[in-house]
Amino acid sequence: MELVVATSIGGLTAAGIYLILRLRAFPVILGVTLLSYATNVFVFASGRLAVGLPPVLTDDATAYTDPLPQALVLTAIVISFGMTAVLVLIALGAFLENGNDRVNVEDERAGEGDA
Amino acid sequence: MNHWIIAPVVLPALLAPLIAYVMRYDITLQRVASITGAVLLCAIAFGLFMLSADGSVHVYRLGHWPAPFGIVLVLDRLSALLILLTSVLGLIVVIHSAASGWDQRGRHFHALMQFQLMGICGAFLTGDAFNLFVLFEILLIASYALTIHGGGKARLKAGLQYVIMNLAGSSLFLIALGTIYATTGTLNIADLSLKVREIPVEEAGLVRVAAMLLMIVFGVKAALFPVQFWLPGTYAMAPAPVAALFAIMTKVGAYAILRMHTIVFGPDAAPIGSLSQDWLMPAALITIAVGAIGVMGARRLMPLIAFSVLGSTATLMLAISGFSPHTTATALYYLVHSTFAAAAMFLIADLLLSRREGGDLLKAVPATVQNGFIAALFFAGAIAIAGMPPLSGFLGKLLVLDALRFADYAWLVWAVVLAGSLLTIVGFVRAGSVLFWKSTSAELMPPEEETPEEETPPANRIGPALAAPSVASLACLALLTVFAGPVMRHMESTAAQLYDPGDYVAAVLEDQHDTKKLKEEEH
Repeated sequence: MELVVATSIGGLTAAGIYLILRLRAFPVILGVTLLSYATNVFVFASGRLAVGLPPVLTDDATAYTDPLPQALVLTAIVISFGMTAVLVLIALGAFLENGNDRVNVEDERAGEGDA
Repeated sequence: MNHWIIAPVVLPALLAPLIAYVMRYDITLQRVASITGAVLLCAIAFGLFMLSADGSVHVYRLGHWPAPFGIVLVLDRLSALLILLTSVLGLIVVIHSAASGWDQRGRHFHALMQFQLMGICGAFLTGDAFNLFVLFEILLIASYALTIHGGGKARLKAGLQYVIMNLAGSSLFLIALGTIYATTGTLNIADLSLKVREIPVEEAGLVRVAAMLLMIVFGVKAALFPVQFWLPGTYAMAPAPVAALFAIMTKVGAYAILRMHTIVFGPDAAPIGSLSQDWLMPAALITIAVGAIGVMGARRLMPLIAFSVLGSTATLMLAISGFSPHTTATALYYLVHSTFAAAAMFLIADLLLSRREGGDLLKAVPATVQNGFIAALFFAGAIAIAGMPPLSGFLGKLLVLDALRFADYAWLVWAVVLAGSLLTIVGFVRAGSVLFWKSTSAELMPPEEETPEEETPPANRIGPALAAPSVASLACLALLTVFAGPVMRHMESTAAQLYDPGDYVAAVLEDQHDTKKLKEEEH
């Protein structure tokens, strides 16, 4: 299971970084999303992987799975979801204003007229 | 437990929704509420500053949960100083945005400004690494909206880049926190301070990775090479009052490095050693060079100021990279100076550019109204940010250079800082002479172009309310210069407290008799 989790985090991160380095907004948004998925799984795994164990430590439990990373990742999911929504809106705004969805800022002089 | 400690977070958090929903159709009411809130924040911040001035560390336990498990807010000299700085800057910026009408060019400006202040104050107060991440996101999401306030092609495009850069940075932040939790089992800063020092040096690889990941994340915020690319574009395109407020945003990154890389990953922690210093100093030196070259190469005023802010922040990071109480004290002095100097330059640029034909392009155009007054302000601001006497920029740089006299590669540090200052001075001299001196002779040119701005009334003059914020920023710099002695003594004691984390750790982890008992919860 460790191998599956580790390779999927690695694969998601690699795909995310590749897409972030693209020049257009849509792949970049997908890349940011993939990267945040990878991050969430990583944070989730930081409490060690455990199967079929209760999340809370009781006096008679011999083993448990750490509940804190699960709480952290819940926060992280909500935040990354909200941030992605903001990113989509800003990218949409930039697309509608500029007529293209390129991420790079053009040469200074090209944009002189609309400053 | 002193409930005033959480007031700098709660006050803007309560005020912002009120402004956004109750007062949304009445700009006057919004302005009154926003300025009142900023004044109250200043008063609270001053009270907290006096509270912490005696060197005591105050802890606020949210929900009365005991420390390594519950979230704590910690007020010490450093956080009190930065909250005071934030609140004063916030007041200046809010007044300027109301007086200049920037707050009417889009919606919800004042509400976003309050959320921004909430995030910044919270980041300075929190004693929990994950909570720091959450508050970073709060201040970032407000800053995304403020960056594109007013809209426009170029601004939206620059805002898009800023958002993407920071989202990638947030992912890195989470990865760093996951690594820290996996190796130490805690995210409380005081608890981390103990746990990191217990890790054997030969097993410290993951902690070192986490420390460097955190440095990259905070480096994105502080615009350090090689992750500084977002700053010139964002600051140049953002509305001027927002850019002035962002002067404190780079300092959030500097503060986080100061906090995490002294108390947790300090040079006295064996698993880390001098790792932070080894990477921070070269990055800061290269950033100073990038800033200076950018100032020389800029063809517009706003990018020029943005690059000078880059160099100024890098000088601050250079002072931090000394990682000793004395160098940190000079860094704190320079931090206060750098914040007000950057804010003053952006506000003055706004006064000029809103009256000038031809935008912020550095070319000769007819003189603006009150050319002399704006020129005088610009002159004072440029002196401050370039680091020339008599203002605090000179004192700050002198203190930093003096503190780094015995560092490794001191000759290189001196050469880079001095050459960078020279280039910055030349850049500002060139810009100032084009903007203010050449412009007067341009009136003699035949008016071949019919200026469409003819019908704008000559009442474009700068009233006292509009001039006050810029003058206040410069006045803060003057006060910082005049009272350099007392201020430096306070900075020395602030830095001493930072490098003696015993009090901080004890205040958070011990003395918890009034907290909830965990055993009772478990029956």
